[in-house]
Parts: sequence; structure tokens; C-alpha cells
Amino acid sequence: MPEQLLFAIEVTLNGLMAGVLYSLVALGFVLIFKASGIFNYAQGVFALFAALTLVGIKDGQVPFAHLINSVFGTNIHHFGWHLPGLVAIALTIGVMVLLAIVVERYILRHLVNQPDIILFMATIGLAYFMEGFGDTMWGSDIKKLDVGLPQGINETIDEVTYNWFGYGFFIDNLDIVATIIAALLVTGLVLFSQYTKQGRAMRAVADDHQAALSVGISLRFIWVLVWSIAGFVALVAGMMWGAKSGVQFSLSLIALKALPVLMLGGFTSIPGAIVGGLIIGVGEKLFEFSIGPLIGGATENWFAYVLALIFLVFRPQGLFGEKIIERV
Amino acid sequence: MLDQSPTGYTTEDGRKIGGVLMEMRAITLSFGGVKAITDVSFDIREGEIRAIIGPNGAGKSSMLNVISGFYVPQEGEVWFRGAKRPPMKPYQVAAQGIARTFQNIALFEGMSVLDNIMTGRLTYMKVNMASQALWWGMAQAEEIENREKVEAIIDFLEIQAIRKTPVARLPYGLKKRVELARALAAEPKLLLLDEPMAGMNVEEKEDMSRFILDVNDEFGTTIALIEHDMGVVMDLSDRLVVMDYGRKIGDGTPDEVRSNQAVIDAYLGVSHD
Repeated sequence: MPEQLLFAIEVTLNGLMAGVLYSLVALGFVLIFKASGIFNYAQGVFALFAALTLVGIKDGQVPFAHLINSVFGTNIHHFGWHLPGLVAIALTIGVMVLLAIVVERYILRHLVNQPDIILFMATIGLAYFMEGFGDTMWGSDIKKLDVGLPQGINETIDEVTYNWFGYGFFIDNLDIVATIIAALLVTGLVLFSQYTKQGRAMRAVADDHQAALSVGISLRFIWVLVWSIAGFVALVAGMMWGAKSGVQFSLSLIALKALPVLMLGGFTSIPGAIVGGLIIGVGEKLFEFSIGPLIGGATENWFAYVLALIFLVFRPQGLFGEKIIERV
Repeated sequence: MLDQSPTGYTTEDGRKIGGVLMEMRAITLSFGGVKAITDVSFDIREGEIRAIIGPNGAGKSSMLNVISGFYVPQEGEVWFRGAKRPPMKPYQVAAQGIARTFQNIALFEGMSVLDNIMTGRLTYMKVNMASQALWWGMAQAEEIENREKVEAIIDFLEIQAIRKTPVARLPYGLKKRVELARALAAEPKLLLLDEPMAGMNVEEKEDMSRFILDVNDEFGTTIALIEHDMGVVMDLSDRLVVMDYGRKIGDGTPDEVRSNQAVIDAYLGVSHD
């Protein structure tokens, strides 16, 4: 096989794996949008906050250390423990659930029946608040996240492909793990929404608030549930991204990568978020690989948006979104 | 004249009507400065078909929304099964055994007919998330039990053929029937129907009337309904409340209401001063 083609296949595979992470972030958006009609601008910051909290808890960092020290004149920074990855993850999930409860109690509850733009603005406010709050709580330095996920080149794939084609594929172990975890997460979500009482209630709320109320579903409970799940998805995304490139402010910007994914896949479709993420992941890597060198590179910054724009023109509801038909 | 004793009365066709199930006492509801309901009192008795009628904008739907917890009245008391009801959210009212349908059908358009009706059983599903994950069998048994109830209702309302059809694809008349099925799935003590026959043709109206009577007869469900078609409503109901401009202007059997001068005026449009 020609070298160029093999190279393209390798780029495609890597694109797919990057796409999985985009899908994960987009999934968080879709869940909240479906259930409450809110575009949660803070979803990216949630991922950052979740990753920060995970690192903080795992390394025994004292939250608000800077604040405490400057007020009380103390000098504490660490509790002096290192928790195992799973324990830290479980505790972080708890923090994200708490966050969901606080968001429902102090923001959503007061904005029920307000126009969408007001709710959107509220999530922008929430995003910047959470950014600062995360900094205050855990410090703004770049942190290394190590929850024991395998990293580095997958030797087996490298070796096997080298023996077959005379060209070894470079696939990162972390990407493989991320793909498996994402697949499990999505399967779990689908099973949950199809086969559990709460899942059925969640679908009902996503469909019609009034009807949901009339069959005895508490909207507040479902909102807390959905924001908790979105927080959990943000944690998974933040964990993967953080393990890859460190936990730092730029992590919150992956939300911007999710936007074209949503435009492509549709704001209301879980399969759309997944397929959209994969298309964007592969598309931007292949474009950069094939056309990039001709036009001076750095196409990854804008390619996704251009692709999404083209899609918008021809299919405004996205690939899998519900077509909006207004009867006149 | 009816025997209005606390233990109930017997209808002309010989049905036994029980004691008071729900009582509205001096309900007043306003939105901003606009009064939707002013000082309205009436009761609904066990096993009864009770209609609320009146011209457009009389406050009928508002009253139904007060009963189902969608609106909270500024004044007045709601009594249900002998106890005064504190202000409640709609989902709490539903859990108490009050189910409803809506004037503009509110179904879950994205779900199948079966799934829609199954949501009516949500308040009966007790198995929680954790045990559902740990012990699949328990959830499974519960699902089967609820499924049987739902299938019985599907048979009852003769909608077997559309069980798996997504609701969005159904014609209007059938949607109304599915909405009734979902309300029935909750096995309500009190069933509220907001214009169950609006927009239907004669044949569909006859079907719906028959189902309403059958529900009342077979399950003994107490029904409160709003309906515009006078012919239908006089045939269906045991007693009627008549509202106009947010006030109660009449209350009694179809015959009593028919001969009530205030009611005749309201419908024939005598000017209000």
C-alpha cells in the first residue's frame, strides 16, 4: 500500500478518537438542551471545574487555600493524602451533583418561564463565575492529572501494522481508553433513558413540560438529575482532556469545539452529538493533512465551523435534529 | 330536586352517587389585576360526572387548573377526600390521584402510544435507580405488572391497532383518546377532562361520550369535565356548574340548569351592566 494512503488512514483513526472527546462535550449540551430547552454555555467550564476538583481531591489539596491563608495568616496547602483514582472520581461526582442542586435551586427555579435568551445569559454568567470560583478554590496553575489511565503509543498496534504494511500506526493508548469509556457512557445513558423510571420521566420532560407535570413528574427533580448527568459527562470529558494535555484554563474552551458539533448533529439528538463529533474530528484532521500544507496550515481552528456553516445552509436542524414545522 | 344529603343521592338512571370527594370553597383567582375566578364554591361527589360549563372566558379552564394544581388561587380552600389541601405542585396533585387531560392535547409527541400511556403509571413505579441497576428482576416484575394494567386500558379504549405508533402521526381524534388512556393509566380517583370533545366530528364525539360513560360505570371513576357541546354535556353529566365572567351563576341537574334564568341570559347574551 502506498505510504500516503496508510498515512491518511492513520490520520482518520486519530481523528475519530479526537472526535470522541468532542462528542462527549457535545453530549452534555444535548442532555440539558433536550430536558430544559437551555443552551448551557457553562458546559465547557463544568468540564474544567470537574477536572480541577478531581485533581484537587485526589492530591489532597486544601480548597480555597489561598483565601484561608490570607485571612487567617496560616500556611496550609495540602491535607497530605493521595486518594486512589476511583475514590477521587466518586467524590468529584458528589461535588458535581451538589453543583446541579445549587444551579437548580438558585438559578433555574427563579427563571422558570423566562425567555430562552434570559436563561442563556444566566448560563454565560454561570460560566464566568464558575471559572473564577474554580480558580479560587483550586488555584490557577496548570495541573497534571493522573488517574492511572494508560498513556503513550500503543505498541501492539504499532507492531502489528508495521508487520502487515511496513508502516506502524501511531495510536495513543489514552485515546483508545477514552473511546471505550465514551462508548460505555453512551450505552449506559441509552439504557438508563429507555429502561428506568427516571429515564422515562426524563424523556417525558424533554418532550412536554405540561404533560409531564400532569402525570406526576417533578420538573425540579428531573432538572437536578439532568444537570447531574451533564456534570458527570463533563467530568468524563474533563478527565480525558486533562489527562491528555493537563488541567488548565484552555480546557474550558473545548466547549467552543462542541458548538460546530451541535450545529452538525442537531441540538436535540444524542446520536447526532456522537456522529457530529466523529465527523468533525475526522474532517478537521484529514483537511489539515491534505489541504493544510497548501494554504499554510492551522486549519483546525476554523475548519469545523466552516463545515458546520455549510451544513446549516442545507439542513438547519442538523443531521439528526427534529425538523421544526410551524403550522400557519 | 335532588336529595343533597351528605351520604349522596341516586341519579335518574339509578346510579348511586356517594359523598363529597372534592370541594372548592370560595375560590378566587386573579392574574395581575384580572380576576379569572371570583368567589366560586361547588363540590364534586364520589362516582359523579360533573360538568363545568359557560361561555368563552368564563373561567372554566382556570378552575380545572386550580383543581389540578397548575394554578394556585389567591383565596379560598380546596378540600379533597375530607381534608383541606395545602398549596401543591401539579406533580403532587397527580400523586394524590387526580389525573387530567388538556384542552390543547399535551402528549409526548416523540414517544409511541404505549410509552405515552406507560408514563401514566410513573407514580406507581417504586423501584429506584440503584436497585434497578443492582437487581434487574425487581424492576422487570414491576414493569410487567404496570404493562398489564396499561394493556387493559388499551383494550378498553379500543386502540390496540396503534399501540406502537408514534403519537405525532396520529389524527386528532385518536390523540384525544390516547390522552384519556394516559390519564386512566394512573387509576385516578378524580379524572379531569378539559374539553374532551373539542374539534371532533359527530362520530368521534359519540365514541368519546361512550368511553366517558363506560369509564365512570366500569371503574367508578369520578369525572369532572368542561365541554362546549350543550347537547352532549346535558346527556353526559349528573350535575353541572355554570360559570360566567368568573362567577358561578348556576349549579344543579341538567333540568335545573336548563330552566335557570341567569344561565339562559348568559348563553343568549343579555347585556351585563
